Amino acid sequence: MDMPVSKAGVIARRCESIVDDLSFQAARDWKAAEPGRKVVGFLPVYVPMELIHAAGCLPLGLFGGGDRIEVIHGDAYYQSYICRIPRSTIELGVTGRLDFVDGLLFPFVCDVIRNLSGMWKVMFPDVWTKFFDTPQNFDPEIGGTYYTHELRELRADLERLTGRDITDAALRASIALYNENRRLVRAVYDARAAEPWKAPAADVYVVMRAGLMMPVEEHNALLADYLAALDIEDRPRKDNVRVAIFGSFCEQPPLALLKSIEMAGCYVVEDDYSLVNRFITEDVATDGDPLAALSTAYLRHSVETSCKYVPNEADKGRFHVERVKQTGAEGVIYAAPSFCDPALLDRPMICGRLSDAGIPNMSFKYAENSGQMQPIREQAGAFADSIKLWS
Amino acid sequence: MTVAVKEPSMLLQKEMIAGNYDAITSAHETGRKVSSTFVPGNLNELLMCFGILNNLPEINAIQNGMRRLSGDYIMEAEKGGHSEDVCTYVKADIGMMGRGNIAPNGKPFPEPDVLLLSYTGCYTFMKWFELLRAEYKCPTLMLHVPYEGDGHSTPNMIDYVVKQLKEVIIPGLEEVSGVKFDIDRLREILALSAKAEDDLVWCLETGKHKPSPIDAYFGGVYYIGPIFTAFRGTEEAVDYYTALRQEVKARLDAGQGPTLPDGSVLTDQKYRLVVEGPPNWTSFREFWQMFADEGAVVVASSYTKVGGMYDLGFRHDPADPLRSLAEYCLGCYTNRNLPSRVDILAQYVEDYEADGLLVNSIKSCNSFSAGQLMIMREVERRTGKPGAFIETDLVDPRYFSPANVKNRLESYFQMIDQKRRGANKAA
Ligand code: SF4
Ligand code: SF4
Repeated sequence: MDMPVSKAGVIARRCESIVDDLSFQAARDWKAAEPGRKVVGFLPVYVPMELIHAAGCLPLGLFGGGDRIEVIHGDAYYQSYICRIPRSTIELGVTGRLDFVDGLLFPFVCDVIRNLSGMWKVMFPDVWTKFFDTPQNFDPEIGGTYYTHELRELRADLERLTGRDITDAALRASIALYNENRRLVRAVYDARAAEPWKAPAADVYVVMRAGLMMPVEEHNALLADYLAALDIEDRPRKDNVRVAIFGSFCEQPPLALLKSIEMAGCYVVEDDYSLVNRFITEDVATDGDPLAALSTAYLRHSVETSCKYVPNEADKGRFHVERVKQTGAEGVIYAAPSFCDPALLDRPMICGRLSDAGIPNMSFKYAENSGQMQPIREQAGAFADSIKLWS
Repeated sequence: MTVAVKEPSMLLQKEMIAGNYDAITSAHETGRKVSSTFVPGNLNELLMCFGILNNLPEINAIQNGMRRLSGDYIMEAEKGGHSEDVCTYVKADIGMMGRGNIAPNGKPFPEPDVLLLSYTGCYTFMKWFELLRAEYKCPTLMLHVPYEGDGHSTPNMIDYVVKQLKEVIIPGLEEVSGVKFDIDRLREILALSAKAEDDLVWCLETGKHKPSPIDAYFGGVYYIGPIFTAFRGTEEAVDYYTALRQEVKARLDAGQGPTLPDGSVLTDQKYRLVVEGPPNWTSFREFWQMFADEGAVVVASSYTKVGGMYDLGFRHDPADPLRSLAEYCLGCYTNRNLPSRVDILAQYVEDYEADGLLVNSIKSCNSFSAGQLMIMREVERRTGKPGAFIETDLVDPRYFSPANVKNRLESYFQMIDQKRRGANKAA
């Protein structure tokens, strides 16, 4: 018999249905509600959603097709040794599921998504398509100047797309909304880290992912409700170990995988799934030049992740170690998509730093359409047991 | 056993490379500083201004691939926790370090004094040098070259690269070398670069002739050697390209094709191909011979443009040295977006009157490979010429299947024959 569904559970199920819907009905409805509305999609890892919002557009996070789409056309575009997300994204495109999307941003994460930006230009010439390159030089005078210009260009592109100016005041208002969103997102993560039995990993995951498919105002309200619901959530506390998940910032694992990790005896207290809403770690300034503020936030207050260069050797992996400490994780599961250059090239360095800090870690690979959960459950279970044994 | 037959320019190049390895491995004795850096966006002229030697890990991996050492190195790196999925150049390099870091001259490489992370056209570069930095703990200078996502560089991109050159790279190299930067010295060096570049382009464009006096892929990798590595900007490179030009001109005048590894000359050229993607190095000669056996010559290739697209008109410019270096980095082949790559390849098929585009898709290299199936189909569509797709790897011998490659090539040539017959009938 199913457990009675709690308020938090109801919110999560609603979010799950949004995430699961590969026809993107919620975004379509948003667009249809008023003439002239535009939807601007974006791929992992980071774009300044504030700018898209200030343009009056809906920023729509696209994270591939998960395990809910049969990839027929997409495989004809990629060799077997390339990850899944570009194929299922192409599948979404050629099957018309993205026909309502007016623009698409391909941020820098790796050469696969970079090249996909050009493929999109060739395949969908009517869609405004932009590759968005964030700086790898973090000096405000150098990388900051470059980035502020890039943001200015992005603003101009969006203005062309919509035919409307984006005023500084509108942008500041959007920044404030996204600051609110980031605060609420952090609060959910904190709440989960404090009492992980109340917030299953798969639930938190869909609550975050759905937020990238609806207007931020709506998501802010939803997060506030979810936080309140978590407060009164009553779930049995299990003797699980607390783990952080890293390496999963781009192609997303199927929900079954998240559930398997938990069923194997691990509470997820930190992760880098669909990182865009935690990419900036502090409020973006709402006074002064808003583009400069977004630039400064990226340079000064963004997470360490594989699509960013780490200028000082000593800082490599520091973020991961600190997050483990802050969230009280007892171990790290480094879960990387198969064939993922960023996650896999970083793996020895990040896991090395975790080991140096005495943090137990294990790794495995997955694909968005991984079906076999047994091996993952076994590995995660053995990992949980080993932590319990040695702690 | 067949003895490899080399053209005089190849011998000259061999000496140059050996000389550079000797200079690198004797750096301790001579007191010279050594940098590691990458081929695309290679700033050799700048390094020369500071008297810093240029060691290129990609080239070391190629050397180790050709000498069949890379397979073991890769496995060594994989045993050490490096994923089987990532670029084998990186693993060949890291595995070589694990085995004593021995240069092709048998002497150990010195540790680099600086890692010049010229970050152009490939994501892996960034992590490769983060990995090396963890080992060597030496200064690492990052030059971020933005990708030409819209098919061209913008003033903002150029300014950004120039600024990094001025404020990060040059001061960094001054510090490592103790030598003060002299922009006039850079101008002199760039003038020599441009001279050699003219001759390289002349040679590459002889592929338009029938028969082609060059093979622009298998032979081409030799032709680009000096200019893509530690010699661009040197007198030696100028001399090399003068000699190469004479050699190619002599063949052109004689109506001769390129010399093959077995010493024969490929003058009877049945198929003219444009090739996209890097070659396989572990079975390089065997791979080349498969083409030669069928009378196929490569008339143009994209791999010979990874270290600069000189044939599209770019030259290093002494009049505006830093901007010229920035434009050079921005314009390397893999830093151009996919529509531009389709344009370039389709244009090659037309300009070089090729029978079609062959893609050699490299497992290691997402920068090249992601999107190549679309590139192939798009070039086919635009030119009406058939394309073909083969899959190999750079330096991992596990991913070179001679039987598969040969089969694919044979059916491709049959397809071209059929197409020709169809065209003849229609005419
Ligand atoms: S999963 Fe990894 S390799 Fe694939 S597109 Fe994302 S970052 Fe790139
Ligand atoms: S991924 Fe490609 S371009 Fe990058 S280092 Fe490897 S072979 Fe070179």
